[in-house]
Amino acid sequence: MKAVISVTGRDNVGIIAGVSAYCAEKGANIIDITQSVLQEYFAMIMLAEIDKLTVPFAQFVDELTELGKAKGLEIHTMHEDIFNTMHHI
Amino acid sequence: MINTADILETINMIRQENLDIRTITMGISLFDCVSDDPKRLCANIYDKITKKAEHLVKTGEEIEKQYGIPIVNKRISVTPVSLIGGAHKEETYIEIAKTLDNAAHALGVNFIGGYSALVEKGFTEGAKRMIHTIPEALACTERVCSSVNVASTKAGTNMDAVNMMGRIIKETALRTKNADSIGCAKLVVFANVPMDNPFMAGAFHGVGENECAINVGVSGPGVVASAIRRAGDCDLSSLADIIKKTAFKITRVGQLVATEASNRLGVPFGIVDLSLAPTPAIGDSVARILEEMGLECCGCFGTTAALAMLNDAVKKGGVMASSHVGGLSGAFIPVSEDEGMIHALEAGCLKMEKLEAMTAVCSVGLDMIAIPGDTEEAVISGIIADETAIGVANTKTTAVRVIPVYGKGPGENVRFGGLLGYAPIMDISTVSPLKFISRGGRIPAPIHSLKN
Repeated sequence: MKAVISVTGRDNVGIIAGVSAYCAEKGANIIDITQSVLQEYFAMIMLAEIDKLTVPFAQFVDELTELGKAKGLEIHTMHEDIFNTMHHI
Repeated sequence: MINTADILETINMIRQENLDIRTITMGISLFDCVSDDPKRLCANIYDKITKKAEHLVKTGEEIEKQYGIPIVNKRISVTPVSLIGGAHKEETYIEIAKTLDNAAHALGVNFIGGYSALVEKGFTEGAKRMIHTIPEALACTERVCSSVNVASTKAGTNMDAVNMMGRIIKETALRTKNADSIGCAKLVVFANVPMDNPFMAGAFHGVGENECAINVGVSGPGVVASAIRRAGDCDLSSLADIIKKTAFKITRVGQLVATEASNRLGVPFGIVDLSLAPTPAIGDSVARILEEMGLECCGCFGTTAALAMLNDAVKKGGVMASSHVGGLSGAFIPVSEDEGMIHALEAGCLKMEKLEAMTAVCSVGLDMIAIPGDTEEAVISGIIADETAIGVANTKTTAVRVIPVYGKGPGENVRFGGLLGYAPIMDISTVSPLKFISRGGRIPAPIHSLKN
């Protein structure tokens, strides 16, 4: 199972570090990252394996959202199935 | 890796364009609750509902978290109560209504549907008694929803029931006068009612259904409106394609959630209802889609054509996205629950006659329309008769959910709150159809019902 973590907000130091440190701590294995900075705006999409998550997925989602809030970022964590279902026949 | 643009599109749909799952509705059969002892009957009903739906709300919340999509309502529909309490007196029906309400409170669901009767051809004694109790049942409960099917293409129209429902709606308005006659917002009169509709107030668990089933209703008018806006000045063929593709994506999410809920709860998947269901929130309106298509204001000439095209494209796009489509499936046009409809009404552009024409091509009928409190019973029955005629002749579901707001007249406003919204009271014709309505009897089924 994989989760898609999207991070958007004003660019600052340590965004990727913060999110990936949290993922490592909770057992989520990052398998792909795309990120871009447009003017001061930061956007990153991360794909992470969540089979060995050490916390319930709901808690993982909530804590990442809180982590984002603390850094002035918007972080959405969603199961990959919603994207696969919606955009692939 | 999933395409970045696809990911951003999905997130944008949910965050900016109000894409949501409107409801996960668990249908529960009550047939095995039947007893000739009123107390045992109610205890059986309460136990069955609270046991079957014990994990419904929690599971809904878990799925919401997993996929990051809001699931606005978790609801329950049950076997039409008139079939369960057929042997009982009116007092027992009221006790059943209270039992349903208590079960809804205990489970944390905001509506429970199925205080219903199917009388399209005629009344059983039980159904007649049950219909008489509707005003009191809706007055003494908070979450119970009621519906009565008075016509079908196969059976024709039971005009005695149409006549009776005019009176029942007025009585319900009176019994709930202290809350702007809100009881009428929970009472729907149908023609060709579907047996698996997950949307309130008309949901019930039909006779030929599974013991228990999960039915899901999707939403997403804002997503369709945004897609049309982005398309710019294309022709209508291209616009229909855009609506189809958008409806496909919306419905796929519904299918995903329905399958997941069905697996987690261990309950068979019933249907996905691929409806465009508006809310009073800005950016969640079906009327605004029609305006985005090019109408100056919803209700102007051209509205029926635009709605017909929208309704058809939604179905064509949605039907391939789900293994089983059912319920009402189409574009809803409830007035008080749609910000654009309310605006069109306030601007004087949307009239009752145009709304009636729209119901010939939308998914249901005259829905959530506040009318003057002094509207005659026969006029309300006339509205119902016209709607059922449209439904019966076109082999489609139609319905009437009008609220004759006690003590209020045209130009005044009524506020129901929450998803039920608010509305200015419409000025409608008061010319009487009394003699026609009071003739009673049945309007025969149309010739095209004879398909065998």
